Amino acid sequence: MNPALVPQFAPGMRLRHDQARDRWTVMGPERMFLPDGTALEVLRLVDGQRSVDAIIDDLAVRFAAPREEIGADVQALLAELMTKGVVRA
Amino acid sequence: MTPEPPLALLAELTHRCPLQCPYCSNPVALAGPGEELTTAEWAGVFQQAAALGCLQIHLSGGEPMARRDIVDLTAAASAAGLYTNLITSGVLLDAPRLAALRQAGLEHVQLSVQDAEAGSADRIANLPGAHAKKLAAAALVRDAGLALTLNAVVHRQNLDRLPELIELALAMGAGRLEVAHVQYYGWALANRAALLPTRAQLDAATATVTRARAALSGRLVIDYVVPDYHASRPKACMGGWGRRFLAVSPGGRILPCHAAESIDGMVFPNIRDTSLHAAWYGAEAFERFRGTDWMPSPCQGCEHAERDWGGCRCQAFALTGDAAATDPACRLSPHHAVLAAALEEAAGFDGSFRFRRL
Repeated sequence: MNPALVPQFAPGMRLRHDQARDRWTVMGPERMFLPDGTALEVLRLVDGQRSVDAIIDDLAVRFAAPREEIGADVQALLAELMTKGVVRA
Repeated sequence: MTPEPPLALLAELTHRCPLQCPYCSNPVALAGPGEELTTAEWAGVFQQAAALGCLQIHLSGGEPMARRDIVDLTAAASAAGLYTNLITSGVLLDAPRLAALRQAGLEHVQLSVQDAEAGSADRIANLPGAHAKKLAAAALVRDAGLALTLNAVVHRQNLDRLPELIELALAMGAGRLEVAHVQYYGWALANRAALLPTRAQLDAATATVTRARAALSGRLVIDYVVPDYHASRPKACMGGWGRRFLAVSPGGRILPCHAAESIDGMVFPNIRDTSLHAAWYGAEAFERFRGTDWMPSPCQGCEHAERDWGGCRCQAFALTGDAAATDPACRLSPHHAVLAAALEEAAGFDGSFRFRRL
């Protein structure tokens, strides 16, 4: 994904906390996804405002990790989420 | 072992429907309007479902838009915290009602079509003009910015137009297409000989889906529900009996699956005298086929036992007379040959329908 693009949840997709099971779930049309730790950190930053670059910057600072490493993870994850129809840009 | 809480509730609000599709998933003995739960009763069901751990609700029917209180029901489901999905034929949808539903918290619409071509689609629904109304409904949903799934139930008489159905989903702006081969219970079982696809049709359809998934990745998600009659392993029906889903019928019966009432001799609790919690955790009907203890040979000890859960109980009952038998869709079932016999019977059938009527 072009790093200047701004990802957002596709229509009908949203992140919500599942109180009964104490976990975060991506709710979508007749489907649910359980994000792993990394996916959850990225999805929390998908707000229709931040670009891919801004998301990578944020996570690189927060986890004090090399930007290239974080960038590759974020890109791979967003590509997967786009294929599943969770996120679009 | 205590079961996990359910993830989703299928609320069959009514059996009334302007369409008469010959594969309708409603029971052959349809409930009349006088038996339907009231607005307040349904609102109570939704609150109980959320408290039990359900995250999603499917507002279905019949045609859910035939309920005059559909906006209030949607608002009640949304207020309970449930992700709200409307499963509709679209023929009763107009701009003001859709705006009201959206305002009430509706998040997703699943719209059915009977075919890609109006003449055939209207014949299958037995309702002239239905297909054109559905196309208009899809445009309304898209313009409202709501998520749209196109649901295409496929069978011998429309399966060859699967490429056109995929084109239709794209043209409608659907994010998701559900290509659902008919499942043969109730009305569909009565029309089985007119609906079963041939092996060649199925193979062509599967290849079409595989190609389209690759070509449309990121644009359209395609879910594909395969037909049992050409299978060698059964589907994990409902993800296992009483494991993930529950359904409530128009008259309030609490069911592990919407077809469960087709099994003779089973007694299901009713929301008018039993809570969803008590039904899920305590009713004998929910306990009966949970887990693996109830399984017969060859399921018992099979490496697939906790993947397919022995297949479908309703299909086992419909085809063998015993709901506790291995689903005949499994090649290890002693009854597996009944599927081939049904395919043979269908090959010589003309294709006329027995339409679904009250």
